[in-house]
Amino acid sequence: MGHIRLTGVKKCFGDVMVIPPLDLEIEDGEFVVFVGPSGCGKSTLLRLIAGLEDVTEGVVEIDGIEATSLPPAKRRLAMVFQSYALYPHMSVRKNIAFPMKMARIPQDEQERRITDAARVLNLTDYLDRRPGQLSGGQRQRVAIGRAIVREPSAFLFDEPLSNLDAALRVGMRLEISELHKRLATTMVYVTHDQVEAMTMADQIVVLHAGRIEQVGSPLELYREPSNLFVAGFIGSPKMNLIAGPVAAKYNAHTIGIRPEHIDVSANSGLWSGTIGVSEHLGSDTFFRVNIHGLDEPLTVRTDGEIGLRYGDTIHLTPNPDHLHRFDAQAARLA
Amino acid sequence: MARSVTTARKTANTIVAGALGLLMFFPVLWIIILSFKTEGDAIKAPLEILFNTGWTTESYGTVQARSNYFKHFSNSLIISLGSTFLGILIAVPAAWAMAFVPAKRTKDVLMWMLSTKMLPPVGVLVPIYLIFRDLGLLDTRTGLVFVLMMINLPIIVWMLYTYFREIPGEILEAARMDGASLREEVIYVLLPMAIPGMASTVLLNIILAWNEAFWTLNLTAAKAAPLTAFIASYSSPEGLFYAKLSAASVMAIAPILIMGWFSQKQLVRGLTFGAVK
Repeated sequence: MGHIRLTGVKKCFGDVMVIPPLDLEIEDGEFVVFVGPSGCGKSTLLRLIAGLEDVTEGVVEIDGIEATSLPPAKRRLAMVFQSYALYPHMSVRKNIAFPMKMARIPQDEQERRITDAARVLNLTDYLDRRPGQLSGGQRQRVAIGRAIVREPSAFLFDEPLSNLDAALRVGMRLEISELHKRLATTMVYVTHDQVEAMTMADQIVVLHAGRIEQVGSPLELYREPSNLFVAGFIGSPKMNLIAGPVAAKYNAHTIGIRPEHIDVSANSGLWSGTIGVSEHLGSDTFFRVNIHGLDEPLTVRTDGEIGLRYGDTIHLTPNPDHLHRFDAQAARLA
Repeated sequence: MARSVTTARKTANTIVAGALGLLMFFPVLWIIILSFKTEGDAIKAPLEILFNTGWTTESYGTVQARSNYFKHFSNSLIISLGSTFLGILIAVPAAWAMAFVPAKRTKDVLMWMLSTKMLPPVGVLVPIYLIFRDLGLLDTRTGLVFVLMMINLPIIVWMLYTYFREIPGEILEAARMDGASLREEVIYVLLPMAIPGMASTVLLNIILAWNEAFWTLNLTAAKAAPLTAFIASYSSPEGLFYAKLSAASVMAIAPILIMGWFSQKQLVRGLTFGAVK
């Protein structure tokens, strides 16, 4: 169980409207990621679902029950915070037991669930330590343990990995994905990192200035971004966006082409230019190419062993099958 | 921080600091000395008292015989513990609200509460005296518990507010998500985390209430009189008795001095709580 439906949900802080009325449906068992730049309202939206903020207007339903004015404690949701928010005065065991203590679950059942969670999360040796004696990754695992023992109808994650270092982040990302596969419980995950969004999500909700720009699977967003914002936000490196006369040739206000969808040749092509900065990653090479007649340099991806370098002339041809066209209102043209 | 300080400079600093410390402690020391003198010796010139008189505990005996120290002591104890307990009971919810769900005017309310401490107490003596008279609270411990609770409440609220503000809101939100009711959130999460601050608030308020003299002197006669009234009774119209007054003072300040001594680590830690992470 873990079906969440928002209808006409709106949030204002004083006179400032941070989330204009929006509708969103999250199916049971889905892994949904809210992604967007800082200040886009993604955390606020999560907190509205959690009940930590009151909605200004609209209806929040959880498992078919109206939860708009239910306190967080009554919503049967578990949340993992960016700061972990562990109870510093309690041992790891007591931290994990806390939600069960609040739910008045019998002692032996508590013990069983703590043992299970600790085994899954590799915390067995740390149960009697205080949070202050743990590393960042371990603290995050305790926070996750605290969330899973109460068997909630959905998990809410608020940028849980952003305090971890890069290597740990990749590991935890996999662990959370595995957890989702095993528990098959609805997870709502907030991040500003589009790599996390692409790798973990069943459904991505792209937010911008409190509005939902697009909802779709990672590949849908990659293949068919519905507007310029999503086109520029999803994908790494970013999609090249070209406006003006070049776009007009394609009957569009702006055209977009991803770095990986441009054919590179030393001899001939549609556009020609000179190579600026190049980044060699081994498997791939990224060139910043200054195209004659374009203001902005284009980014292109080629294989790692290409023999071109700074200052060389290069010819580029966009793959027409992967060319995205947008109108003057930034919406996708069919 | 590395600084070059000469030995001479250090010695000079030590002497100045020591002299200032002695200056502050001197009145207390002098009271202790006088309390061990006879009434006749206690009015002699200071140097003569120090070097030309004997020591005696007769003042303590007289004081003990003339008045019931333990009655005053227990009054002081009940009044200071009672007013602090009641104050904490009221201040915890107040400080919680101000720290975690501040409204537009929360800062103003805090300032207003503090401003009551700037009022000279004598300004409200007459109305409070009349209220006490009409409610039959004059010379009762209940009345003193209430009045001392109220005069110290702004300080308790301010201190708790400052400590509560140091506690990250996300931890309380986590408790809410974990299914804790407001009461459980306060009891299991907020208060345990605020214990160092709570302890120093409690200690400071016991000390303030113990030492409070204006209200305790004006609102009591015999039954509820705490140790402050016990001291004051020795500066009487019959004439000043330095030795007995000193002995009474020592007996009155000793308990709180000893408590302060044993809890000074806690007090300092509490008062500087959150200053350095």
